[in-house]
Amino acid sequence: MVVHPATQDIGFAVRRRVAGFLSTLRHSGFHVGLAESCDALAILANANIARPSAAKPALKALLCGCRSDWDRFDDLFDAFWFGRGVKSRVQTTPSRGPVQPSAFKGPHGRNDGAQTNLASDVERRVDEREFEATPDGRREGASRSESLGDVDFRKIADPDAMAEAHALAEQLARTMRTRLTRRDRLAARGRRIDLRRTIRASLPTGGTPIHVVHKRRRFKPLRLVVLLDASGSMNLYTAVFVRFVHGILDHFLEADAFLFHTSLVHVSDALREKDAGKALDRLSLMAKGVGGGTRIGDSLASFNRWHAVRVIHSRTCVMILSDGYDTGAPDVLGAEMAALRRRCKRIVWLNPLIGWDGYEPSARGMAAALPYVDLFAPAHSLDSLAAIEPYLAQL
Amino acid sequence: MTGILARNEIADRLAAAGYIADPSLATALMLMDMLGRPLLLEGEAGVGKTEVAKALAKVHGSELIRLQCYEGLDRNEAIYEWNYQSQLLAIKIREQSDASALEEHIFSEKYLLERPVLAAIRRAQAPVLLIDEIDRADEEFEAFLLEVLSDFQVSIPELGTITAISIPRVVLTSNGTRELSDALRRRCLYHPLDFPDVDREARILVTRIPGIDAALALQLARLMQGVRKEGLSKTPGIAETLDWAAALVGLGVLRLDADREAVFDTLSCVLKTREDRARITREVTDRLIGKVA
Repeated sequence: MVVHPATQDIGFAVRRRVAGFLSTLRHSGFHVGLAESCDALAILANANIARPSAAKPALKALLCGCRSDWDRFDDLFDAFWFGRGVKSRVQTTPSRGPVQPSAFKGPHGRNDGAQTNLASDVERRVDEREFEATPDGRREGASRSESLGDVDFRKIADPDAMAEAHALAEQLARTMRTRLTRRDRLAARGRRIDLRRTIRASLPTGGTPIHVVHKRRRFKPLRLVVLLDASGSMNLYTAVFVRFVHGILDHFLEADAFLFHTSLVHVSDALREKDAGKALDRLSLMAKGVGGGTRIGDSLASFNRWHAVRVIHSRTCVMILSDGYDTGAPDVLGAEMAALRRRCKRIVWLNPLIGWDGYEPSARGMAAALPYVDLFAPAHSLDSLAAIEPYLAQL
Repeated sequence: MTGILARNEIADRLAAAGYIADPSLATALMLMDMLGRPLLLEGEAGVGKTEVAKALAKVHGSELIRLQCYEGLDRNEAIYEWNYQSQLLAIKIREQSDASALEEHIFSEKYLLERPVLAAIRRAQAPVLLIDEIDRADEEFEAFLLEVLSDFQVSIPELGTITAISIPRVVLTSNGTRELSDALRRRCLYHPLDFPDVDREARILVTRIPGIDAALALQLARLMQGVRKEGLSKTPGIAETLDWAAALVGLGVLRLDADREAVFDTLSCVLKTREDRARITREVTDRLIGKVA
């Protein structure tokens, strides 16, 4: 790192502001460090580009690292330097204490929220459950000794049982990973000698093959891409699915996660947080507009347009966790599913509603998507989640 | 900080070299010199990423050294390789001589084959090093490249460390087939390239196709906007537009709506898959031409 001599002329106040700007960016997920601070100061010290109109594109080129940074930069820049527009996306992590009584709004209190918070939403939901009788009349929820395996997630009322189900979901994702990779290693065995390269490698040793070069099967590990529906209709299941996805991301070598409701958000980074609680917090910041309608078709379209090239390779399984209630046009969803199907190896659609008695995929969106789905399976209980593993193992 | 070209001057020189740049790209190119950082260009195939490097080399009047990345690219192919054949011959010829002297002889500069990275840091005048499609190379190579890009020195075990004589201007391009590491992104200046807007594409056509009518260029640029919105499986890039324009000019077409037959016949310049070909039927072509006429 070289400190440019010209930066010495910059006053203390400007330095502080620049440091503040970089820290704002860092909180918004930009990867910038000290070297970038120095270079940013060097840019501002340069008389030719110190004017805001010139400094903005210069700082943009320096501080952005990917397309999403690039798209957000202008807003963040204007907000920080000119106080324009919305507040920057930085928000402090909400404290995760126990839910205060005041946070409890009752079943109809949820429309208060311009600030929808997934984590507290989830916890509130759990609280609500305590006060409501579940449809089949069970008030107290699962007992400690009862196996949670085949209980529908929406029927688990006790917060402790819920926490246990969350932990189990994560555990499940972990074991799935271990088993799947062990199979991988066995499959990678069986190396042969690469004669051509061995002879080539023997040249520096006068033709004596000291370095034997082995041929190895090029092996691409199975990649899992999860698209999680976080719309209002999925509310009862979102919390446990988030934990499941967290487990997958934490333990699969190659996995990516996206969350969608009315639009699509890339949430892998937030979910890679080791601590599940923190991950949930970060996720809730990113998932603005949770609880609105679902536009599965449009979300898939933006996935296909912007992310698919990057996250999908030939051994990718796309897992969609959604109930298939789409407020968009069904033919959009059908077309996007067809496009997605061409790219990836398998599409697994996990629908919690399948677990309900008498469910048929008659929702128009679901019916349009179904022809392109390789595995259409229930996801309403831990057992049903575990049942996917043998299928993934075959891929 | 002398010798750094101002933004406008870079834009002018790029235009003279046949590349029409938007202001933010010119800014990024200026910063490359000012901060000594590599530039990472990201965008779909056909938006002119490689052209930027070629134009940059022309702007600075320097050599362009290109390293095309592919899966399995390793250090030997990127930096240096020993000339094994010559070494073997040398061993045979000097079989009687002293072993350590022989070793010194065959591991000397004379038997060293320069590959792009080594070549780029050993030029007297700083060249432009284009590392094309870095996303195709493996992660290990990316990590190694990062090391070279920060130190600009290469160590060869038999010969010692070679430090850069001049620091090359490095341009990396990526299609986004694989996610690049954060470290690499952070090290680089970043500029995403998109398909050009009508105005810019028309200017590109006028600059690059000799003898093209300005009105035809504008029509064609607008037609391309329409074609790209058709949701093709392979969206045509600027190179395709240039091919198409050259074909139309070659056929003596002056206005697209006056010679629809020629437009339809030359669609093979822009549509590169069977599906796309089937999608853009005669009717669709007529509709698209109708919009720009």
